[in-house]
Amino acid sequence: MKRTSLMQRYWKNKYLFLLLIPGIMWYVVFKYLPIYGLTLAFKDFSFRKGIFGSAWVGFKHFKYLFSLSGFRRAFLNTLIINFYQLLFSFPAPIIFALLLNEIVHIGYKKVVQTISYLPHFLSWVILAGMFMQLLSPSTGALNHLLGVFGIGPFYFLGDPRYFRGTLVVTNLWKSIGWNSIVYLAALSNIDTQLFEAARLDGANKFQEIIHVTLPSISPIVTVMLIFQMGRLFGDNFDQVFNLYNAAVYEVGDVLGTFTYRMGLRDMQYSLSTAVSLVTNVISFSLVIITNAIAKRINDYGIW
Amino acid sequence: MAVRRSTGETIFLAVNYVVMALLCLSMIFPFWSLLARSFASASVPSTKLYFWPPETTFDNYARVFANKNIWIGFGNTIFRTVVGTFLSLIMSIHVAYPLSKKYLPNRTLWTSLIVFTMFFSGGMIPEYILVRSLKLYNSRWALIFPILLNTFNMIIIRNYFMSIPDSLEESAKIDGANDLLILYRIIIPLSFPIIATVVLWTAVSHWNAWFDSLIYISDGSKQVLQTILRRIVLEGSLQLMELQGGALGMETSNVSSEAIKAATVIVATTPILVAYPFLQKYFVKGVLVGSLKG
Repeated sequence: MKRTSLMQRYWKNKYLFLLLIPGIMWYVVFKYLPIYGLTLAFKDFSFRKGIFGSAWVGFKHFKYLFSLSGFRRAFLNTLIINFYQLLFSFPAPIIFALLLNEIVHIGYKKVVQTISYLPHFLSWVILAGMFMQLLSPSTGALNHLLGVFGIGPFYFLGDPRYFRGTLVVTNLWKSIGWNSIVYLAALSNIDTQLFEAARLDGANKFQEIIHVTLPSISPIVTVMLIFQMGRLFGDNFDQVFNLYNAAVYEVGDVLGTFTYRMGLRDMQYSLSTAVSLVTNVISFSLVIITNAIAKRINDYGIW
Repeated sequence: MAVRRSTGETIFLAVNYVVMALLCLSMIFPFWSLLARSFASASVPSTKLYFWPPETTFDNYARVFANKNIWIGFGNTIFRTVVGTFLSLIMSIHVAYPLSKKYLPNRTLWTSLIVFTMFFSGGMIPEYILVRSLKLYNSRWALIFPILLNTFNMIIIRNYFMSIPDSLEESAKIDGANDLLILYRIIIPLSFPIIATVVLWTAVSHWNAWFDSLIYISDGSKQVLQTILRRIVLEGSLQLMELQGGALGMETSNVSSEAIKAATVIVATTPILVAYPFLQKYFVKGVLVGSLKG
């Protein structure tokens, strides 16, 4: 059999490939050019000279960056906050899905789903506006409510002791319903014969969950975990940016907000690009590593 | 088969129902308290807890609707949402279709190059410099072109296309139809559910986007609703609330800035709240085909 050359295959499918060309051009301009733009981290950028024309300066910006206490603080905050998210926000939708799956009344289940998905569709600007009113120490409804029980008031958004907790809880509140969808779908796909077999063997509800339900949804949990790991250094920029203030920088300033203030407010383009590069390289490595581990343990990765 | 429940399981079920109800309450409570405040007249002290304000007024809403900045914001947001979503859909479909075909030359290579950008990107500064270099700064297109394609959504469409049996198009090919014709006459009509999902996701992300408008647009007449909302609610800009010169005006009328903020948030949220329950099933649909496999 004669193998057709690559050129011939492109020629044969030229109309199909033609459809792809605008997309490829878009990816080159809007994705790969900015990736090339990361070289700014090794240059002294000026708008007049552009990305290509600016002079190379080696690791100057990185050396300066690592000496900045603000950068080290943002790095640690990002890691700590994301670790909390991993600890609480990651398992929460799984538990929620498991509990919701046990609800027998379809109508009740539907109502709970509809209500819990809702916050996902609102922007952090709207939610921040809402939480600022809700959590205010003097006029906020939550502090009023706690006051009835003689607790508080707490300055949830202005006190460094509570700010990280507030971030984690509000994020959990926004995402728990929506993130449970994939798990609910996985749960509904489990073969009911497995449960019947477990019942016959005398398993109770709890044993059923441990031995049938959890193993059945572990592939999807793995995939979600890989995505979550990739975000360990990506931060909830939208959330933090809209909720934080100077009083809580020490616990709440993350790499994204640090980059924004340094880059777009103080116009230190090269220095803040260096932050992006560090973040991206670490995040990307994390995804690769997690994927490899997941494949070894579970035989199931995202590629 | 009737399920017999042990006492333990009955207790578990009861607790479960209560937990779910509490969770829903916690979701509704913030919205409710905001709604209640938006109707409170200035005489209601904001330091008191109430289920519904003892004295209500529509003046807060009258102020919000009289504010031309809000209308400017709505106009710009609707423009970017409609135009941006339409162009995104066209782009996504035309990229997804070739990638769904096994006979596309170098298919794996092209797919990998595209998926790579999901995990590695240039970040805030290079993207900002790119937009400025393309002379898009202060243009409404700066809010549309950089997010024309969303790789995740595109892959979802591709996966759906791949699930359509090849036999359908093979018969069309024998009749002499080309790729474009097959895409428009066969593939797209069969993919309505997934297209609806992606359209809704894209529309919501356009409606909610604020950061691009914050950094790419300085012209006040081109700001989107979310950015105006941000300045009013989070930064407490009295000027944008159109309350300036108005400390005096506020005393004589029946409004307080806190109640106006609440009313502003409610007004900006209502379009989504109203549309969401009807469209919920389409929103959810896409999550279930969103795998990178295949």
